Amino acid sequence: MDLVTPDIGLIFWTTVSFGILYFVLAKFAWKPILGAVNEREKSIKDALSAAEKAKDEMENLKSDNEKILNEAKLQRELLLKEAREIKSKIIFDAENEATEKANKLIESAKTAIENEKTAAMKELKNTVVDLSLNIAEKLLSKELENKDKQLENIQEILDKTKLN
Amino acid sequence: MLLRFSTKFFLIFFFLFFGSSIAFSAEKFDDQKDFDVNEMIMHHIKDSHEFHIMDINGHGVSFPLPVILWTENGLVSFLSSEFDHDDSGAVVVNRKGQSFVKYHEKILYASDEKNGNYVSYDEEGNILNKKPLDLSITKLVFSMFISMILLVIIFVATAKTYSGSVKGEPTGLSKFTEPLIIFIKDEVAVPMIGETNYNRYMPFLLTLFFFIWINNLMGLIPFFPFSANLSGNIAFTFVLAAITFIITTLVANKDYWKHIFWMPGIPVPMKLFLAPIEFLGIFIKPISLMIRLFANISAGHIIVLSLISLIFIFKSIWLAPASLFFSVFISLIEVLVVAIQAYIFTMLSALYIGSAIEEHEH
Repeated sequence: MDLVTPDIGLIFWTTVSFGILYFVLAKFAWKPILGAVNEREKSIKDALSAAEKAKDEMENLKSDNEKILNEAKLQRELLLKEAREIKSKIIFDAENEATEKANKLIESAKTAIENEKTAAMKELKNTVVDLSLNIAEKLLSKELENKDKQLENIQEILDKTKLN
Repeated sequence: MLLRFSTKFFLIFFFLFFGSSIAFSAEKFDDQKDFDVNEMIMHHIKDSHEFHIMDINGHGVSFPLPVILWTENGLVSFLSSEFDHDDSGAVVVNRKGQSFVKYHEKILYASDEKNGNYVSYDEEGNILNKKPLDLSITKLVFSMFISMILLVIIFVATAKTYSGSVKGEPTGLSKFTEPLIIFIKDEVAVPMIGETNYNRYMPFLLTLFFFIWINNLMGLIPFFPFSANLSGNIAFTFVLAAITFIITTLVANKDYWKHIFWMPGIPVPMKLFLAPIEFLGIFIKPISLMIRLFANISAGHIIVLSLISLIFIFKSIWLAPASLFFSVFISLIEVLVVAIQAYIFTMLSALYIGSAIEEHEH
């Protein structure tokens, strides 16, 4: 029974000792130790999350780069397409213009030729008329002098007259 | 490393023990009186006013400890050596007009007349002498002071190692002590109390764990100034269990009391039935803490001492190897047991505190 009867003196000293020990250790040991441990844990956690963040950022950057690259590619293709279009348009236009010009030239040439031809024909007609009239006049005057002489004259006139 | 140390300690202990006990037992045989194993063990298990170091030629060599008494005439103190190793109430010490005797490790006011000793009994053999309030620095208190000094030295030194480290990494002593602290934090405090509140109870749990553990270990070291059975003393475990009980009761929230007196979610007759059981549970929990530590540590001491006593029970030195082997074996197991007991006490304390502040969701 003695063994399981708590002794007042020991209860007193244990209480006092535990109390003192608690406050001394709490202040001079647990506080700095737990502080250091928690701080270290926090810094490790922070470092890990920072690394995670950096990784995410890298990922973002990479995808951004890819996006930019893709956009650039698209742009290039677009530009090339446009250039091709412009080129073909220019060629097409040039061809058209050239054709048009040529046609115009031909047209104007044709018109000029036609005009010249008409003018020439007109002159020819006039000349023929003049000549005929001259011949007729001469013939008529010679006819009236002598027959030989008339013929001779006609021949002479005819020889002199160059038909254009 | 720890195991090897304890083995060495035991070997040293055995030499001391044999040296002393041969003379001791020879004396006993002369008297034709059997060696009283029970008395020897009980004497070791219990508290004492002097720290017995060894016997030389039948004379005990003890470290005297101060006796502090609160008497009818005020505070009285003297060294226990004034009783001259007497424990039968025969030697009287006079102080402040009062006389004291020591009888079975209890300080009594001496009776007026000597009847073999200065202790008087009634018909049933009960002691009639009055007792002063005994606040002596006994063997256990002395041992407790040593453990406190050790703890303060170890952990203040541990705390200092962190100021030398660059990023708070453990160096030197903290390489050994920090894992233990982290263990209490991650395996006891956080799971039992919870992430949000555990920090508040960490100093208590750490102090509790290391206080119990170091005293358990010191009890295993079999020579002066260790070997005291402090953590196997009911007063010691009573105080620690009472502190847990007080903390649990003080910090308990509404939910805790509701679960004790009016358990939600069950029919009213069951509520009425459970309330007294749960109410008793409040007290049974710390009482179980108290008894578990007391019984385990005391049992460890008793087993080791019993195994050694086999030699004297059978009065044969030839039994010594077996006796030694078994007591070393049990001592090694005890090294494990004392750590586990300190852990269990701390873990259950944390569990009780955790259950008192737990937020229930209904």
